[in-house]
Amino acid sequence: MYRYDQYDLQLAAERVAQFSDQVRRRLSGELSEEEFRILRLQNGLYHQVHGYMLRIAAPYGLLSANQVRTLALVARRYDRGYGHFTTRQNIQFNWIRLEDTPAILAELAKAELHANQASGSCLRSITSDEFAGVARDEIVDPRPYAEILRQWSTFHPEFAYLPRKFKIAITGGGEDRAATGVHDIGLRVVKNAQGEVGFRVLVGGGLGRTPVIGTVISDFVPWQHVLTYLESIVRVYNEYGRRDNAYKARIKILVKALGIEEFRRQVEADWEFTKDGSMTVTEEELKRVSAFFTPHDYAQLPAVDAGVEHLQRENKAFANWLRRNVKPHKTTGYAVVVLSLKKAGIAPGDITADQMDAVADLADRYSFGEVRVSHMQNLVLADVKQSDLIELWYAATELGLATPNIGLLTDVICCPGSDFCSLANARSIPLAQEIANRFDDFDYLHDIGDIELNISGCINACAHHHVGHIGILGVDKNGEGRYQVSIGGAQGNGIRLGQVIGSSFSAAETPEVLASLLSLYVRERHEGERFVDTVHRLGVQPFKEHVYKTATAVSLGLADEAASHAESLVACYDDPYFSPRF
Amino acid sequence: MIIKNQNIVDDDWSVLRLNENDTPEGVVVPSGKFIVPLKVWQAQRAQLQGRAEIGVWLNSDERAEALQDDLERFVLIAVNFPKFADGRGYSIAHHLRVRLGYRGELRAIGDVLRDQLFYMRRVGFDAFEPRADKDIHEALKGLSDFSVCYQGSSDEALPLFRRVRRGGEI
Repeated sequence: MYRYDQYDLQLAAERVAQFSDQVRRRLSGELSEEEFRILRLQNGLYHQVHGYMLRIAAPYGLLSANQVRTLALVARRYDRGYGHFTTRQNIQFNWIRLEDTPAILAELAKAELHANQASGSCLRSITSDEFAGVARDEIVDPRPYAEILRQWSTFHPEFAYLPRKFKIAITGGGEDRAATGVHDIGLRVVKNAQGEVGFRVLVGGGLGRTPVIGTVISDFVPWQHVLTYLESIVRVYNEYGRRDNAYKARIKILVKALGIEEFRRQVEADWEFTKDGSMTVTEEELKRVSAFFTPHDYAQLPAVDAGVEHLQRENKAFANWLRRNVKPHKTTGYAVVVLSLKKAGIAPGDITADQMDAVADLADRYSFGEVRVSHMQNLVLADVKQSDLIELWYAATELGLATPNIGLLTDVICCPGSDFCSLANARSIPLAQEIANRFDDFDYLHDIGDIELNISGCINACAHHHVGHIGILGVDKNGEGRYQVSIGGAQGNGIRLGQVIGSSFSAAETPEVLASLLSLYVRERHEGERFVDTVHRLGVQPFKEHVYKTATAVSLGLADEAASHAESLVACYDDPYFSPRF
Repeated sequence: MIIKNQNIVDDDWSVLRLNENDTPEGVVVPSGKFIVPLKVWQAQRAQLQGRAEIGVWLNSDERAEALQDDLERFVLIAVNFPKFADGRGYSIAHHLRVRLGYRGELRAIGDVLRDQLFYMRRVGFDAFEPRADKDIHEALKGLSDFSVCYQGSSDEALPLFRRVRRGGEI
């Protein structure tokens, strides 16, 4: 993975000094909160329910074992002993003291980590495919380009005060594992007929209040020109994006207002002035950065490991884990292992400091000292020998990180919701917990198979509920958190937005609504058909009818058991939720 | 006092801002060194173009291209930041310097604060009038926040990867 040289280190040190001084001036009153707010957000520092929340970037989802140890140190020394991985491949700490942030940033910088542009109306940290470099379907490894983009976007002087946040995602896979269609700019690495590498550029995608799938602005931008081309897109946005209404300030609104043809014309007119200019990426620079991402020193191994095959036959738990949490690797004899952060009783994406340290050790022992963060809020050990899988499985099981549920219903993508986030309208973590409790039968979950459930506590859609096979959106109705359910959304190459099935449900009803959706699916599915494919085949209507029949029964108290269950839930929801660890 | 070329210097220019009842056509531009709004320049061009010491300022919603044919007339162009978080002024500066090749003084006025000066200088501003309630000596420090920049911009056209031989792993 990329390592800092003297320039990166110097810049990181200067950034720590700059932000530390900004904190000092805020504490002395020299900076007003209004002035400081924008500065701290550009350093990933929010003011949330419990005080300051610090979001630390894991650039394009890649962390070294030592960086993970540094995050554990931050969790232990400056927070409450755990952190929360997000859909942006970042980690968040929720109880940070402002006074501690200079020391935290200094610790991070030592490990070549930072919180630059983790928030704010600026170019946000770049996200990518968590299987980059190891996926069998990969066309080109996107990581060198992601690092070049990281450096380009870091403290870009012209684009620090955009109308609104600006998110860029990049993937090099045949399958899009970076949700490029719902980013302000989505980059698909492609090869043209001559075998040259370039980018198919999508623009104007995004979720939130106005979900939009991005539109192709260019089918092929040669890699040398990616920075100047992106600069022109962001420049047109900086000049013409709306600044009078935060809800209409994202680039998607500008692209819609101008139309893609006119937007493209403006971008290309601007590009005329900078194309082939000094920001054109050189062969030498690509070579330099790519050298950090060359394949590891893989051993020559047989395609299958006899011990693994044996235990797979003998041990159902191991077999389930292999089936769900272990993915194919492009190198024979190796596997990609997903460590599940979705254990029942734990908030999705949460991890303790001790677990972080242990994951770092596992990475050192089994995966070349690297860890990836997935936008599905799990961790990935990308380069594991098949012959190490058994040992790793035992170790991960011991740590509570081997729940065999990757891609299943309980692999919930979930935002922090109103337990932590001051923007939220409803709680999402307790609902995810309730769903994990309600659906705790692994045979049932494996039978339901591939399904994506996304729970957002508000319209900002941090959990990407619009593209969940089942999406749940928390809404506030007269002070009560209620949940709107949509179905049929999807990410990947067939990315599409889900459709809302109807009026919202209470927290108690929502797990039953899921049960109802799934029961219809089980009845109607064809052999091998996923839930989302059944929804696409049948349409939303039959699911809707089926659900509201069931839900009405719950609401009217006709199903006594369900009703009393609902009451018990209401009681437990009154307790403030702090992660179950304390 | 303003910051110019990294020093605090006396300044004898005045910025003309229109009051509510002023019109671009009707407002009187007093004699002396005045930086007038673009609209005033456009409306009173005939009278103003004879004066030796006239500058013009663009607001964040105005376009650098509006001055395309007049650039050589001005020794000073200013860009107004209505709020420091309004980042359009940075792209206006980019256009003036990169697209239009303006070489005269480019001054940031309005909500100009210490923590934005570094970026402003990078995109081509060489003079800064910090907000009146701020200590100009404190503001000056903002220009030296960083010694390393990844991108090329107006202050340094070459990005880091073209400027230095970058190391591998340390």
